[in-house]
Amino acid sequence: MSYHWNWAVFLSPTPSGATTYLGWMLSGLQMTVTLSLTAWVMALLFGSIVGVLRTVPNRWLSGFATAYVELFRNIPLLVQLFIWYFVLPELLPRGMGNAFKQTDPTFQQFFSAMVCLGFFTSARIAEQVRAGIGSLPPGQRNAGLAMGFTLPQTYRHVLVPMAFRLIVPPLTSEFLNIFKNSAVCSTIGLLELAAQGRQLVDYTAQSYESFIAVTLLYLLINIVVMLLSRQVEERTRVPGYIGGK
Amino acid sequence: MYDFDWSSIPGALPFLWQGMKVSLEITFNAIVVGIVWGTLLAMMRLSHSKLLSWFSAGYVNLFRSIPLVMVLLWFFLLIPQVLQSFFGLSPVTDMRLTSAMIGFALFESAYYSEIIRAGIQSVPKGQAAAAHALGMTYGQAMRLVILPQAFRNMVPLLLTQAIILFQDTSLVYVSALADFFGAAYKVGDRDGRLVEMLLFAGLIYFAICYSTSLLVKRFQKRKTA
Repeated sequence: MSYHWNWAVFLSPTPSGATTYLGWMLSGLQMTVTLSLTAWVMALLFGSIVGVLRTVPNRWLSGFATAYVELFRNIPLLVQLFIWYFVLPELLPRGMGNAFKQTDPTFQQFFSAMVCLGFFTSARIAEQVRAGIGSLPPGQRNAGLAMGFTLPQTYRHVLVPMAFRLIVPPLTSEFLNIFKNSAVCSTIGLLELAAQGRQLVDYTAQSYESFIAVTLLYLLINIVVMLLSRQVEERTRVPGYIGGK
Repeated sequence: MYDFDWSSIPGALPFLWQGMKVSLEITFNAIVVGIVWGTLLAMMRLSHSKLLSWFSAGYVNLFRSIPLVMVLLWFFLLIPQVLQSFFGLSPVTDMRLTSAMIGFALFESAYYSEIIRAGIQSVPKGQAAAAHALGMTYGQAMRLVILPQAFRNMVPLLLTQAIILFQDTSLVYVSALADFFGAAYKVGDRDGRLVEMLLFAGLIYFAICYSTSLLVKRFQKRKTA
């Protein structure tokens, strides 16, 4: 095998001349982080609501929440992404669909990717929220009700705050997953980290340098997220539980 | 509103089935290799040898921190070059399926090994001590006493991981390999019926994964009952 290593490729300017190939990598990193964080906010919001709904004593609400979770868990992420990106704009009322298709392509890709990752991850978060609420002793709910709280108040002041502190460790690993899953969004042409890496290969044929750089940047994201989650986990531990103080 | 036209599906079924066979092939290969190699990795991780346990920890953590898309791109780049230089194959041989199979197997092993490690650790310590007291060697104790119990506890998790793996095989799309999803996309693109084909693919994936996960749940219930 004779491969011509050339690490200086990152410093050479791109064909458009606007930036260097290193600039591409960094803009890809920025896109990956922005996409993952916005999708995470959405996933946390929807996941908490659906997770709570799965535990409420109402057949319609918990049935809806179960269907929601099963739907997003049993279809591959890639298929979901393509459905959001290619199918949904067609199924919207014509005016809305056309308006969406006339927006900036990068916005279309980003929006579809964010919604897709957000819903996909929210189903997993919902399962963790449900497990968290389910793991609380039944006395907590009963005590809340006995104090004269309504059921929504019991959830708001007693069950949900406790459950969230218990599920911080699995939540942080889901937070890590959303960064890894965001790489799937390169398939619809969104220029995030993995896509920039492939683009660099197309332009320069320096596949090893490019892939090594992308892999290292993903490892960097991983390390930063892990250090952050350790901080969060330490602060939110519940005394008296396993792993608590 | 959009005018649905499902007429391109019946004619495309044989092609889609070819694709499904590729998806299943990759899945089963990765399950078998993943469980065997994953068991070895888990045993290395738990062994007293520092070298082995570091190697295993490094392998698992590396694969678990890189996105699957990136792992697949690596394997599509590396495997053909490695195989060509070892076996002197012609550079035009299509090795995307081989690369995908090797990539998935090695990637999934990392996830399986974590499940299996937890399974081994869930067997009470007294079992290992009892096996040693009966004069069994380490290998015998693992094979006859610990692993059978560990695997019994792990079956639901292993199956759930298999469902995730089956869904993930759709990512071979990045190499334009015609698995089930790739085939559906190609047909939809050819006939200008992408909307119908993508919805159809989603429906099929849902049917397979949902019914399998129901089976897992039933199995779990029967075990605890």
